[in-house]
Amino acid sequence: MALSVDTRPATRWATTPSSGELASLSLAGAAIFFGGWQLIAMSGLVSQYVLPSPLAVLEQIYRLEAEPFAGFLLHQHLLSSLERFLLGFLLAAALGIPLGLIMGRYRLMDEIVTPLFEAYRYVAPLAWVPFAALWFGTGIGGPMMVIFTGAFAPCVVNAYRGAQFVERYLIEAAQTLGASNLRIMREVLLPGALPSIVAGLRVSAGLGWQSLIGAELIVVSSGLGYVMVQGQSNLAPDIVMSAMLVIGVVGLCIDVALRAAERWISRRWGRV
Amino acid sequence: MAQFDVTAPRSHQAGVVRLPRQPGRGWLVGGVTIAAALLLWYVLTSLTGIISSYRLPSPPEFLAALRQIAVDGYASGTLLQQTLQSLKIVIEGFLVASLVGIPLGFLMGWSRRVEALLNPVFLLIRPIPPLAWIPLAIVWLGLGDAAKIMVIWFAAFVPSVINTFTGVRQVNPVLIEAARVHGATDWRVAKEVVAPGALPMIFTGLRLSLQASWTTLVAAELVGAFLGLGRVLSLAYRDIYPAMIAVAMVVIAIAGALMTLLLARIERMVIRWH
Repeated sequence: MALSVDTRPATRWATTPSSGELASLSLAGAAIFFGGWQLIAMSGLVSQYVLPSPLAVLEQIYRLEAEPFAGFLLHQHLLSSLERFLLGFLLAAALGIPLGLIMGRYRLMDEIVTPLFEAYRYVAPLAWVPFAALWFGTGIGGPMMVIFTGAFAPCVVNAYRGAQFVERYLIEAAQTLGASNLRIMREVLLPGALPSIVAGLRVSAGLGWQSLIGAELIVVSSGLGYVMVQGQSNLAPDIVMSAMLVIGVVGLCIDVALRAAERWISRRWGRV
Repeated sequence: MAQFDVTAPRSHQAGVVRLPRQPGRGWLVGGVTIAAALLLWYVLTSLTGIISSYRLPSPPEFLAALRQIAVDGYASGTLLQQTLQSLKIVIEGFLVASLVGIPLGFLMGWSRRVEALLNPVFLLIRPIPPLAWIPLAIVWLGLGDAAKIMVIWFAAFVPSVINTFTGVRQVNPVLIEAARVHGATDWRVAKEVVAPGALPMIFTGLRLSLQASWTTLVAAELVGAFLGLGRVLSLAYRDIYPAMIAVAMVVIAIAGALMTLLLARIERMVIRWH
């Protein structure tokens, strides 16, 4: 019966909207939003120093790439942001995943680390900015630490959960066959926990990217966050909005890439 | 923070095979760990001076800074004033975002047409990290409370819409059809079938958006503010006053934890059947 496969809540419109109708509604939604924005900006009701038009924002992106702003071209800012992001994110994954696996495997480790970990988790990542800057400077070390504090928690938690859900008999079978602890970790726990770990990596990439922007707003002197701060102090919302757009697109690309990895890995390794 | 709660793969929730915990052992080990960490802190800073107090404050310095801000005040306010200021803004921003986000998510879940209409704008807003709104908020609204509320609104809005939407879509359609067969109106279906069914997801969204609000507020106050815990942090950083930085971080963590606990308690009161 159709009822059991139809996940659509019944509405007063008894018919299911066709995909064509939905697509045109989406188009209309986008047109209303961008059209309204463009009209308000062109009408002169609000000054361009408050709300630049969408076209002006796109034009500004082009200009940021053509002539240096805040010392660098747009793609140079982007690259320096990405470099910090990757270093911090990889460090968080390299430390967090093994820690989570060990916590999932040995209860004593779990009990020792958990109280410290809970205490750390409640500190907002950006609250680490002052110490990060004092300890590691404002070049690459400080921002890296801020990204690390943002990205670390999901890596640990998901590796931990993944390791806990590995069937006990698999571990015991490996032990019976004489596998060392390291081999069990690498060949039983890691593959078993992989789907959960990759899900965690996706969350931690999002948090890390967000923390990076925060760190760049506060202490760094290059990167996309810095472009926004400079745009803000020049009272140039078009520059701020162009940087926001680039940040959003890059964040989206990171998310899409990890989502693809997640799907691929859960097809390859996942067990139900 | 606990944003990963929703992403745990479902397929993995089946086979937990762990020996039962010995009751009390976890607490004991946890207590010993905390005590050991505090002792290590004392030994490394006060006792031996291996870590200089410009990098990590010693326990006495920490307590002195705590007394200073609690009694005399720091960054133009006492600890209580700064904390209340931050809490007030977070709760205002969080409430405004929930009041808009939950009904919107509900409508988008209820009707595919509304979803199609609003999705493009939502897809545009969603990937922009909340912190990236801070400079624009400052350009538009200055350094006062209004700019912070705007930034928090963006931080809290997205999770409350997404989770409400998902919650509504997950309601078992058979229940809805059954209510309709018995002649329930749209309003009664929404109020008595869909809303209770979606409530657990709505609360998940509220929890995530409260955490996002708190993180974002601290960042917004760090960038520029007149009062608040983030302002304490940024002033302490400029004064190179590590003990005060540590005090502010601890207070931020405790306040964040208390708010999360309070919300969990409200959730248990509202969703008794869960």
